[in-house]
Amino acid sequence: MKIAITAQEPSLDSLIDPRFGRAPWLMIYDPTDNSWHSIDNSKGLNAAHGAGIQAAQKVVDQQVTAIITGAIGPKAYRSLKAANVQIFHGAKGSVAQALEAYQTGDLAEADEDDATGGI
Amino acid sequence: MNQHVAIASGKGGTGKTTIAANLAFLWARLGRQVLYVDCDVEAPNGHIFLHPKIEQRLPATTTVPQIAKDLCGLCGRCGSFCHYNALLCLPDQVLTFPELCHGCGGCIRLCPHQAISEVPREIGRIEMGTAGSVNFASGLLNIGEAMSPPLIRSLKNSLIESDLTIIDAPPGTSCPVIESIRHCDYTLLVTEPTPFGLNDLQLAVEMLRALDQPFGVVINRAGLDDRPLLDYCLKEQLPILAQLPDDRRVAEAYSRGELVCSVLTDFQQLFAALLAAVDMVLQQKKANLTTGRAS
Repeated sequence: MKIAITAQEPSLDSLIDPRFGRAPWLMIYDPTDNSWHSIDNSKGLNAAHGAGIQAAQKVVDQQVTAIITGAIGPKAYRSLKAANVQIFHGAKGSVAQALEAYQTGDLAEADEDDATGGI
Repeated sequence: MNQHVAIASGKGGTGKTTIAANLAFLWARLGRQVLYVDCDVEAPNGHIFLHPKIEQRLPATTTVPQIAKDLCGLCGRCGSFCHYNALLCLPDQVLTFPELCHGCGGCIRLCPHQAISEVPREIGRIEMGTAGSVNFASGLLNIGEAMSPPLIRSLKNSLIESDLTIIDAPPGTSCPVIESIRHCDYTLLVTEPTPFGLNDLQLAVEMLRALDQPFGVVINRAGLDDRPLLDYCLKEQLPILAQLPDDRRVAEAYSRGELVCSVLTDFQQLFAALLAAVDMVLQQKKANLTTGRAS
C-alpha cells in the first residue's frame, strides 16, 4: 500500500505542506521496497478551483491507499473517500518525521467533521 | 439598430453604476429606447438608483454533466480533458463536481460510450422590469456559487431587443467582465485619479486591447491628483470622454440612492456631454458599417 505525503520540496528533509490540493509536491512512499518518488503538483498550487480534486486524481492514478497531510478540504475529502484512500491529518515537521509519526500511530484518521481542522 | 455600450473598470468602486444608471436615464429622456443590464451579478446595485418595478423573475440555469453508470467504460477521458476538475475518474466510478463545471460540453463530445448527458442546474435568477422609460434587467448569482459567467451569459441571452443596451459590467479584468463586454460596440472604462485607479486602468486597457474592442476613458472624482493618470492617457493616446469632478454632493445623492442627474443640474450637463461623446462614436461606427457594407 503506497502512501502519499504532501511536501514543500521534493525531498525527505523537506517540511510537509499542511495543504493537500495546493501542496507543491507529493512524495510517494512504497513500503514493499522502501522506495520514494516525487510528483510535481504545482498545477494544483495555481488552480483557481478544484485543486483538491486534481491532487486526488494524481494520488488515485498512483494507486496510493493512504495520504498524510495537514488539513484537507471538503471536495478532496469526498474524492479520496470515494476512492477508498485513507486520510491521516495533523502531520508536522519533515516528510520523514511525518511518515514516522504515521508508522507509530501518532496521526489521526480524518473524519468529515474535522478534516479541515487538522492544523 | 441595436447598439451595446459597456461600462467597465479595472478597479471596483470607481463609479460604474453611477455612470451607467445616469446615462440610461438621460438617453431614455431623449426618447431613445434604452435597456439597462446589471451584469455585476455577484453584487448588483443598479436597482438602488433606478428603482425598477420588477415584472418578471426567471431562474437562470447552466448545464452540467450527468454520468450513466451502466454505460460508463471508466476510460478516464472526460476527467483528463476537464480543465476545471469537475470530473474525477476513479477506478470504479466517475465523480462529478457540478459547482466547478463551466458547461463547455467537452466531456459529452469526448465520451466514446455516450455515457454523459447534460442536465440543467440552477445557479441564480434573472429579473426584468421597467424603471420609468428605461427597461431594466439584472442577474443575481446564488450564494455560494463560484462562477458568474454562465449566469451573465444566460442574462444576456434572455434580453429583449432594444435601440440601445447599456451593460453595467462587474469590476476587474477576469472572465465575468469579458463575458459582460464581449460583442459590445463600445466600452467606457471608468477610473479615478489614485494609484490604484491608474494601476487597474492599465490592466483594463490591456484587456480591451487584447479583445480588440474600441473604448474610451471616463475619469471620475477628477481633481484629486490627476497628473499621473492624465500622463498615462496621453502616452497611450486614450480618448478621455469626460472628467467628473470630485464633489461631496455626488456622494450625498449616491448615499440616498438618487440619480446624480436628477438632483444636480451642473452634473446633468457633464453627463449630457459624455452622452453626446458616446453617441458620436456610435454614429461613426454605424456609418463605417454602412459604408463597409456598400463597398
